[in-house]
Amino acid sequence: MHIVVCVKQVPDTSVVKLDPVTNTLDRSSAPSIINPYDAHAVEEAVRLKKKYGGKVTIVSMGPPMATAVIKKSIELGADEGVLISDRAFAGSDTLATSYALTQAINKIAEKEPVDLIFAGKQAIDGDTAQVGPGIARRMNIPVLAQVDKVESYSQDNNVIRVRRKLEDGHEIVESKLPCLITVEKEINELTYSPLTNMIKAARYEPVIWTTNDIEVDRSQLGLKGSPTVVGKIFAPPKQSGGEKIEGTAQEVVDIVMDKLINVHGLFAKEGV
Amino acid sequence: MAEKFDVIIVGAGPAGSAAANVLAKAGLKVIMIERGEYPGAKNVMGGVLYRHQLQEIIPDFLDEAPLQRPIVEQRFWMLDENSAFQFGHKDLSWAKPPHNNFTVFRAQFDQWFAKKAVEQGALLVNETVVTEAIVEDGRVIGVRTDRPDGDIYADIVILADGVNSLLAKQLGFHKELKTSEVALATMQVINLPAEKIEDRFNLEPNQGATIEVFGDSTKGMVGTGFIYTNKDSISIGTGTLLSDLVKNNVRPHELLETFKQHPMVRKLIEGGEPKEYLAHLIPEGGYHSIPKLVGHGVMVVGDAAQLVNGIHREGSNLAMASGKLAAETAIMAKEVNDFSENVLDTYRIKLMESFVGQDLKKYKDATHMMAKQPQYFNEYLPLLNRAASEMFTVDGTSKWDKQKKIIGMVQERGMFKTAIDLYRMWKVMK
Ligand SMILES: Cc1cc2nc3c(=O)[nH]c(=O)nc-3n(C[C@H](O)[C@H](O)[C@H](O)COP(=O)(O)OP(=O)(O)OC[C@H]3O[C@@H](n4cnc5c(N)ncnc54)[C@H](O)[C@@H]3O)c2cc1C
Ligand SMILES: Cc1cc2nc3c(=O)[nH]c(=O)nc-3n(C[C@H](O)[C@H](O)[C@H](O)COP(=O)(O)OP(=O)(O)OC[C@H]3O[C@@H](n4cnc5c(N)ncnc54)[C@H](O)[C@@H]3O)c2cc1C
Repeated sequence: MHIVVCVKQVPDTSVVKLDPVTNTLDRSSAPSIINPYDAHAVEEAVRLKKKYGGKVTIVSMGPPMATAVIKKSIELGADEGVLISDRAFAGSDTLATSYALTQAINKIAEKEPVDLIFAGKQAIDGDTAQVGPGIARRMNIPVLAQVDKVESYSQDNNVIRVRRKLEDGHEIVESKLPCLITVEKEINELTYSPLTNMIKAARYEPVIWTTNDIEVDRSQLGLKGSPTVVGKIFAPPKQSGGEKIEGTAQEVVDIVMDKLINVHGLFAKEGV
Repeated sequence: MAEKFDVIIVGAGPAGSAAANVLAKAGLKVIMIERGEYPGAKNVMGGVLYRHQLQEIIPDFLDEAPLQRPIVEQRFWMLDENSAFQFGHKDLSWAKPPHNNFTVFRAQFDQWFAKKAVEQGALLVNETVVTEAIVEDGRVIGVRTDRPDGDIYADIVILADGVNSLLAKQLGFHKELKTSEVALATMQVINLPAEKIEDRFNLEPNQGATIEVFGDSTKGMVGTGFIYTNKDSISIGTGTLLSDLVKNNVRPHELLETFKQHPMVRKLIEGGEPKEYLAHLIPEGGYHSIPKLVGHGVMVVGDAAQLVNGIHREGSNLAMASGKLAAETAIMAKEVNDFSENVLDTYRIKLMESFVGQDLKKYKDATHMMAKQPQYFNEYLPLLNRAASEMFTVDGTSKWDKQKKIIGMVQERGMFKTAIDLYRMWKVMK
């Protein structure tokens, strides 16, 4: 089974600061890390490889320093990795990003057909959760999003069964391969990498492809290929107000009901 | 099967990376194992980096090393509660290449220095703790790490794992460090705009100053305070023998806070924004604390070998010099394919002949003497301040009378006792 995992380098948003004037992320304030969801995607791919044989290839788009997340993925057990990096990609929104990644995956598939693609549920900086599904749509394969468990895989009929996390429960679905899976963090616990992987990663030199290496329509890349318009970026307003209601259960309920009905006008619509 | 290397280096601080640079350049198969997220992640230094040893390893470091400011002025303060006796030296030729020394941030410098070794072909594995040396028939043949499949092997293991070298301890090279052999240093990096720094320290852009402070900075205990200028920040810290901290029941961060509040210091850092708080041990035992340095298949370098010259706040340069000498010895051992203690002992001999061994020998009794004789820090420094105050206060008293008064102050302490102390000081410093 040849599995491709999409891995993004992101600023560690748990420590990143927001520039109070421009309201943009001050990227220099945070170290760059592998998107946490993507690390779990790599882990899951490596586990499947161990069980069913095959190979795990990483693909990432970003500046040259993003080779660090490919090395990190090798530590986690991936076999190879490609970074696509070119000025032409700069400023890409999710549409352009998924296009560039799709073209890279197509090129990877030329050498060795791809059976399964993994992506994170979302990137912790952009947070759109669109790139995975975008790639699936472009490749015309099914997408299984927000997967928190791979239930089984049948080699005989080439079908994977997974559990999707929904807002109010779970959904178990099956798909024929090839398909694309986006993962939740709960899908697995990261393994503490063996020393051999660490040494392999220390030696590993990721392949870097530019627009000369993959077939692309330049008008679909970077700012040109990005219809997204950023209207405004702002920090969510701090919640204010609120009051604490104390008393016995009965008293508290009475006060709350009174507020809902008489102060906020619940059921007060005319004719009700 | 676990992989075998020519040399495994434990720790990617200045000592380890110096060794790795030299070994990789000579074409040896070398791997550095570092427990930090990256080299320097948790490493601490004031920190003044000296040019000479670095240049020997990376001749064109000036073009690319992450340096803060070249130092043009070194000041010394003998601090009392409300006064400081000051002296110093400023040399503007140090503002020009090749410079003399520089302030650096270790988190940046160590990363760069290790990267240079990687460019030469060394391997670097981070986030991995070496838990023990693998010993077979009395020879060190590799190391065990905390990772699954975590053993690797090598002809030689270089221990560059810093002041509290657990591995040197495991091998029985040294005992548990005594509290009188290490100083605990705490420091803070305080952000301050470059222009403010240049105004307050009388500097041009891209010039730096250092202030070493004795006396009230450590409340009379053996130790020093320091104030160093970076590009847009000031590093300020205090370091005191652990035994003194314990004896006087002082908390290190309180000492630093008091130092920052001292009237001589406050104005220098006023308005700054604290950015980082760091603490680390410094080996202060000097010559007498140097452990066994070599064994079959193993050499100890840098802080792990307690190679710090506390009197001149030199450590990183001794670390690099020792790393380089150990690497050169390893290259020679590889040529003759003999990794026995006998052959590796070349490292010890070369180290002791070099400035490292010579300087440590010169001051071999200094720290011990000062620890045993607290009067240097808690009596003479105030005395010096009182004497200077007396001399420089213009109040109609003749200079003759002032001299008499000062001699009187010394006599209060006892002429004879003072003479003995001066002689003792001279003896350990000569
Ligand atoms: C409103 C808005 C404005 C933006 N403006 C700009 C801009 O002006 N300039 C600019 O450079 N960026 C901009 N971005 C960022 C950029 O569009 C996105 O970061 C990028 O397209 C990926 O989307 P995402 O981060 O939401 O990823 P998601 O869709 O949340 O990521 C899901 C998964 O897709 C995969 N993936 C995503 N990105 C990559 C990648 N690069 N390489 C490999 N795999 C990947 C990963 O597996 C990831 O877990 C903007 C984003 C938003 C939301
Ligand atoms: C506050 C302070 C100020 C100082 N100021 C100066 C100064 O101005 N100038 C100067 O020259 N010196 C100064 N020094 C001294 C200087 O920092 C040290 O002498 C120098 O760092 C020694 O280098 P090293 O490589 O031997 O050890 P370290 O720099 O301590 O490096 C040891 C490395 O080994 C790693 N390690 C440890 N154990 C393991 C393990 N088991 N497995 C894997 N990795 C491990 C550590 O993470 C670390 O990266 C100062 C020290 C302090 C604390």
